[in-house]
Amino acid sequence: MYEPKPFSKVLYIDLNRRTSWVEERDDLVEEWLGGIGLGIQLLKEESMTSVDPLSPENSIILAVGPFNATYPLGSKTVALFKSPLTGNLGESYAGGRSSVSIKLAGYMAIVIRGASETPIYLAIHEDRVHFRDASALWGMTSSFTVGRVIAEREPSAGYRSILRIGPAGEKLVRYASVMVESFRHFGRLGLGAVFGSKKLKAIVISGRKALKVEDKVAYKKVYDEIFEKAVRSGLMKKYHELGTTMNVLPLNELGALPTMNLKSGRFEQAENISGEEMASKVLGRRIACSGCPVACIHLAALREPYPHEPFFYKTVFISYDYELAYALGSMLGIGKREGFLKLLHFVESAGLDAISTGVCFAWATEALEKGLISERETLLRLKWGDYESYIKAVKMIVEQPNEFYKELALGVRNASKHFGGEEFALSFGGNEMPGYHTGPAAYLGFLVGGRHSHLDNAGYSLDQKIRELPPPEELVEKLIKEESWRMVLNSLVICLFARGIYDAETVSEALDPLGIPVPPEELHRLGRDIYKQRYSLKIQMGFDPTELKPPGRILEVPTPHGTLEEEYFERGLKHFSNILRDWDII
Amino acid sequence: MRIYIELGIYLTKRLSVLDSDLCVGCASCMLACTRRFAEVGYGKSAIHVRSAGGMEKGFIVVVCRACLEPPCAKVCPEDALVPRKGGGVILKPEKCIACGYCVEACPFGAIFWDEEVNKPIICVYCGYCANYCPYNVIALEEVR
Ligand code: SF4
Ligand code: SF4
Repeated sequence: MYEPKPFSKVLYIDLNRRTSWVEERDDLVEEWLGGIGLGIQLLKEESMTSVDPLSPENSIILAVGPFNATYPLGSKTVALFKSPLTGNLGESYAGGRSSVSIKLAGYMAIVIRGASETPIYLAIHEDRVHFRDASALWGMTSSFTVGRVIAEREPSAGYRSILRIGPAGEKLVRYASVMVESFRHFGRLGLGAVFGSKKLKAIVISGRKALKVEDKVAYKKVYDEIFEKAVRSGLMKKYHELGTTMNVLPLNELGALPTMNLKSGRFEQAENISGEEMASKVLGRRIACSGCPVACIHLAALREPYPHEPFFYKTVFISYDYELAYALGSMLGIGKREGFLKLLHFVESAGLDAISTGVCFAWATEALEKGLISERETLLRLKWGDYESYIKAVKMIVEQPNEFYKELALGVRNASKHFGGEEFALSFGGNEMPGYHTGPAAYLGFLVGGRHSHLDNAGYSLDQKIRELPPPEELVEKLIKEESWRMVLNSLVICLFARGIYDAETVSEALDPLGIPVPPEELHRLGRDIYKQRYSLKIQMGFDPTELKPPGRILEVPTPHGTLEEEYFERGLKHFSNILRDWDII
Repeated sequence: MRIYIELGIYLTKRLSVLDSDLCVGCASCMLACTRRFAEVGYGKSAIHVRSAGGMEKGFIVVVCRACLEPPCAKVCPEDALVPRKGGGVILKPEKCIACGYCVEACPFGAIFWDEEVNKPIICVYCGYCANYCPYNVIALEEVR
C-alpha cells in the first residue's frame, strides 16, 4: 500500500467560518488517481455549475497526484475552479515547490470554500491550518514583495510553497494570475481573481513528511530508470540550455510566430527575444521546480540604472519563457529586449496572466489603429513596440480608471463585443490565444480543448508533424486522443515536458511499486473517462460546443499549412459535437 | 577505493559542497536522502536546500561538514554521537534520549529531526544524494 491513508487525504478549508477539516477520500483516489482526475470529482461535489465565479460559492480545488515528490518531474499542481474569464471550467497548472509541499504536508487535494470578509492568508504547515490577517498585505503594488514578506514571517524555508496574488487579483481582473515562488504561475483563466473575490491574498503550505511505498526495491529501481532517462534524454539539453524561448526562431522561420495581433506570422526583430540571444545576453540564473532535474526556468538579470544616482544600479531577475516572448514581445511588436523584460516584470508584479494581457493589449492597439476606439478610451497612445505605453497600460488594467479599461479587464472577447473588432480579437472559448500560428491543429485544439490552451492537446506540435492536411474529422480525433492521454499525465501530476519519458508502460511500471496496479490499457481507458467527466462538467457549466468559431483573423494570415479555410473548421467542429453527442455528453 | 582497503589505509569520506552557485534548487538531493530507505519525501533527509532569500539569489546547500571537533557530540549528554576518525559523528540511536541539543549546537543547521522515530537525522556520508545532483554541486570527498 502506498499508505493510502495519507494519500487520499483531502483538506477542506471554509473561509466563511475559518475552519478546516480532513476527509479520507480513498473512494475517489482509487478510481481517479489524483490531479485532474480527482479534482474533477471534487469539483463536481461542490455543485457549483451555475454559480457566479466571483461569488463565495465558487470553490477552489488544488490537487496533486501519485507521482508528486515521488518520481522525477512529478512537479505540478492542478488548480480547478470556475473561471471568471470564460464563465466556464477553470483549470490551471503550476510548478515551483507547490506540488511537493502539498504532498509532503500529507494531502492529495485542498478544497477552499467560501470567502473571508477581510483580507487573509492561509498558512498550512502539515496538520496545522492558520488563518492569518492579510490587511497589511492587501493593496501592495508588487506580488514579489508579498512573497518576500510571507517568506520572512513563516517557517519551513525550503519545504514550503508560497502562492499569492498581486493587485490585479484584488481588483478582480478576470485574467489575474496566482504567482508561485516568484517565477511560476497558475496563470491562465483567472484564478487570481477568484482568490481576490475571496479576499485570499496568499497560501503558504509546507511539509516534510516521509511517505511509504509498497514495494521498496521496485520503487528505487523504477525511480533510477526514470531519472536516468530524464537526465540523459534530449530533454535536459532542450529545456535546460535555452529553455522554451528556443522556439522563437524556428516558429518565426515557419511564419507561425503571431506578430502585432497576428497581422503577420513573422516578426522582424524575433532574434532579439530568441532563446539564443536571451541566453547569451541576459540569462542570469536557471532554477528548477522541486523534484525536477531539468531546471528549465530561465531568469534574465536586468540591470537598471537608478535615475537620480549616478553609477548605481539595481538588478532584477525576470523569468522568461516562449509564451511571454510571444505575448509581450512579438504580439506587441516589442523587439527591444530590455523593453520586453521590463514590461514582463510589471505584468508579473501586478499579478496578471501574461498571455491574456498581451493579447488584450494587441487587440486594443489595433482597434486604436483602426479608429474603433480613440485615445479618449485608451488614455494612452498604444503603439506597436512602444513598451513604455504598455507598461502604463498595465497599471490602467489594474486600476480601471474608465469604462474602456473596465471592459478590457474582463478579457478580449468581452472588450471586442463592446467596442467592435471581434474579427481580430484573438480569443478561443473566451480565453486569449497562446502563441502558435502553426496551422489548423493548433487552432482546432484551442477551440475544442478543455481549457482552450495549447497544452490541452498540443495541436501546435501535431501541425509540425503532419505534412499533408488530413480530413478535419481525423484531426479532431487525434486531438481528443492526445487530450485524453494528457488527462492521465495530469492526474499524476507530471510536468508535460516529461511526456516523452512517461509513456503508458512507464507510468504503469511506476505506479506498481506504489501499490497502484494499473495496466497500460487501463490507463488509456481511464484517460478517456476523465476526459468525458471533465467535458460533461464543462457542458453543465454552460459551455456550448456548437457555438465555437475561430476568430476571423486566423483565416486571413497564411500559416505554414497555407491559408486556413472556414469550412475545414466547421467540419472539424461539427464532428467534435457529434462525438460528444455519441458519448451522451450533449 | 578497493586498493586502499587492501593496503589497509582507511580514508574517511565526507560530503562536500563544491559550488552552490551551480545549484538550481531542484531538491533531487533532498529527495534522494530520504529515498535511501525507499521512502518518499524529506522526512529522513540529512541535506537541505533553501533559497538564499529569494530563488533569484541562488541557494544555500546545508550538509554536515564532518567537523574534526564536532560541537554536536560535545553537547550530547548521553554520548550518543560518537566522533568519527577523520571528522564527523556516528549516531548510536539506542543511547539517544531525543533531547535535541545536537540540533541546537550545529552551527550549520545540518542536523534535522526524524519525526517518526523522534531522533536526530545525522548524515552518514554515503554520497547517495550526490549521485542525483545533476549539476555537480555536491560530491563525496575523501578527507586527508
Ligand atoms: S551523504 Fe548520505 S546521509 Fe548524507 S546527506 Fe547525502 S544521502 Fe543523506
Ligand atoms: S540536487 Fe544539486 S542542484 Fe539539485 S538542489 Fe541538490 S545540490 Fe542543488
